[in-house]
Amino acid sequence: MHIKQEQSERHVLTLMVDNESGTLARVAGMFTSRGYNIDSLTVADISEDHAVSRITIVTNGPPPVIDQIIAQCERLVPVHKVTDLTEAGPHVERELALVKVAGDGDKRVEAMRLADIYRARVIDATVRSFIFEITGSPEKIDTFVALMREVGLVEVARTGVAGLMRGAELS
Amino acid sequence: MTEKSGADILIETLIEQGVDTIFGYPGGAVLPIYDAIFQHPKIKHVLVRHEAGAAHAAEGYARSTGKPGVVLVTSGPGATNAVTGIADAFLDSIPLVVLTGQVATNLIGSDAFQEADTVGITRHCSKHNYLVKDPAHLANVVREAFAIATTGRPGPVVIDIPKNVQVATADAARPKSNASPRYVPAGEADFATINKAVELLANAKAPILYTGGGVINSGPAASELLRELAELTGAPVTSTLMGLGAYPAKGEAWLGMLGMHGTYEANMAMNQCDVMLCLGARFDDRVTGRLDAFSPDSIKIHVDIDRSSINKTVAVDLPIVADVGAAMKQMINIWKSRKYKAQDLSEWWARIKGWRAIECLNYPSKDTEIMPQYAIERLYELTKDKNPIITTEVGQHQMWAAQHFHFDDPNKWLTSGGLGTMGYGMPAAIGAQMGNPDALVIDIAGEASIQMNIQEMGTATQYRLPIKIFILNNEWMGMVRQWQELTYEGRYSSSYSDSLPDFVRLAESYGWKGIRCDDPAKLDDAIAEMIAYDGPVMFDCRVTKAANCFPMIPSGAAHTEMLLHSDEVSGTMDDEAKALV
Repeated sequence: MHIKQEQSERHVLTLMVDNESGTLARVAGMFTSRGYNIDSLTVADISEDHAVSRITIVTNGPPPVIDQIIAQCERLVPVHKVTDLTEAGPHVERELALVKVAGDGDKRVEAMRLADIYRARVIDATVRSFIFEITGSPEKIDTFVALMREVGLVEVARTGVAGLMRGAELS
Repeated sequence: MTEKSGADILIETLIEQGVDTIFGYPGGAVLPIYDAIFQHPKIKHVLVRHEAGAAHAAEGYARSTGKPGVVLVTSGPGATNAVTGIADAFLDSIPLVVLTGQVATNLIGSDAFQEADTVGITRHCSKHNYLVKDPAHLANVVREAFAIATTGRPGPVVIDIPKNVQVATADAARPKSNASPRYVPAGEADFATINKAVELLANAKAPILYTGGGVINSGPAASELLRELAELTGAPVTSTLMGLGAYPAKGEAWLGMLGMHGTYEANMAMNQCDVMLCLGARFDDRVTGRLDAFSPDSIKIHVDIDRSSINKTVAVDLPIVADVGAAMKQMINIWKSRKYKAQDLSEWWARIKGWRAIECLNYPSKDTEIMPQYAIERLYELTKDKNPIITTEVGQHQMWAAQHFHFDDPNKWLTSGGLGTMGYGMPAAIGAQMGNPDALVIDIAGEASIQMNIQEMGTATQYRLPIKIFILNNEWMGMVRQWQELTYEGRYSSSYSDSLPDFVRLAESYGWKGIRCDDPAKLDDAIAEMIAYDGPVMFDCRVTKAANCFPMIPSGAAHTEMLLHSDEVSGTMDDEAKALV
């Protein structure tokens, strides 16, 4: 007997939650305890009175599992609203990455040229290294990081995805 | 402005919430609360012998009274010992408020004496939990905790209270929280959805009502509504383990329990129905059998107060997120006002009659030994006039009790269904007896399970609780032995109950009455003696040793592939089936 794997879909969920201690552990731990996947997770306080945070989670799973994930998130007391951006329609997703590259000669010039093409900004420079700041879709960042590997990538820090629905309405 | 200590604020808020009984065990980190209890005689504190007992006793109290159960334990081991009961209440949707002591806030995280991360440990086995860091927040936390525990799908809520928060003072006259509640459970369903459900039921040729613990949790009115709905629709009724008693076992439409050890007629009717109305049940793996063969041709309507129960394992055609009592009331109103008529169901009932004729609960009788099923039958016959509250442990005896003891009312059947916790029954009986002082409370137990919380005998003695422990003693962890016989060619690995105590002398050492019986001819008299005794009784009922619990849907099989007798047992199983629960 072998363990079967199922086909997965990627979904971006956004959760409005109470900004109180333990909420992140509750949400993230629920994913672990029920065997759901987290590809990335971001959280920050977003309201004027610091009462509400937005958690953006990128997850994957077969459609019935995604539906369960949403229902299980909604079941948590500090979670007020869950939106599946992937399901809800047009939306934007952005991620920020800091990418450190070291090298000299042609590689250093090429890194700078590629950064320019990808509209990455230099936020730190030494004679041997750069740190680039790049924002964009996760795919764009993936591609940029792959290119940087060729020209002396040292390390990467990524924020994970933040997302909102397009248009005037609340996500 | 009146300054009060956290402990006083806590106790006063508990009283305000209507709490009169607490099950607990003292310790260093809850001494200030115990001192406050000492000075508030309004609250009755039941001292258990182990914190697991406190949690299960509170469950028994809650399940039999409909009120939330309250637990008070100390930090560290006090809290971790209560975790099984918290997890049990979470899976069976039992309202509990569990108060745990914690080391002082300045010591949290320092590996202090009796420190454990209680909120971390209980986070995913409670409906919600809190760490209260300021006595000023305590009253509103307690109020919200009771609301969360008792409304929507009920469940356990843990409040972890550091010792310095119990001692520190705050303004006790703070106004009640007037912020809009953040937890809003489902109530009624919308008209169109209910109407659709009624239409489906009215047009069904082979409908079935599949009911669960949600009907009981919704309150006694829901059980009444279920009876009315069954009458109107003419549909047969089956129930999960947790829902027994919501529809009376003496009712004509009753098919018995469904699932792994359910009746042949209930499982066949589930398989063959054309419209299934699931009321407050959750398509548990013990109920569905193999999922791809579960009721293949039916239209499924699922009413549940918890959206996450819907489409979790079985995809349904008409989901209704609502309180099951409210939804049934809406259905009945629509059915009556629109003058729906049920279809002619005589053909459907004729088929059910055919399945009933199998008499799947029959068992081979013996003159020289007590068959466990016979023991339950006699217990039922001799106690039914007293409308007893029955608790159980977990295993064969639990299934035999579900099959052969019959319940006509809700809140009379207390069992650990979801988590399957051995050791549940005696503390649950203690809690039930505390909440129902005049009721006959019987724990139907096995000789293995009963030892898991046997220390609670002292609690029953101390509070003069006349609970009866009826042990079906076959000297085996019977269900484990049965699975080993069915699945592992009878390799009985560690399932023999060796070195058992003498239950009669054990009873006597706690000041209980002990009764032993191994003769079917003397069983009635022995049971009568147990009922007549005005105090706790431990009944060591020596039964046939290797009886198996049938009918049974083996692991990985469909509703239509029930084993009815021992001679159908092959003794082996393929890996796919072995891996299923």
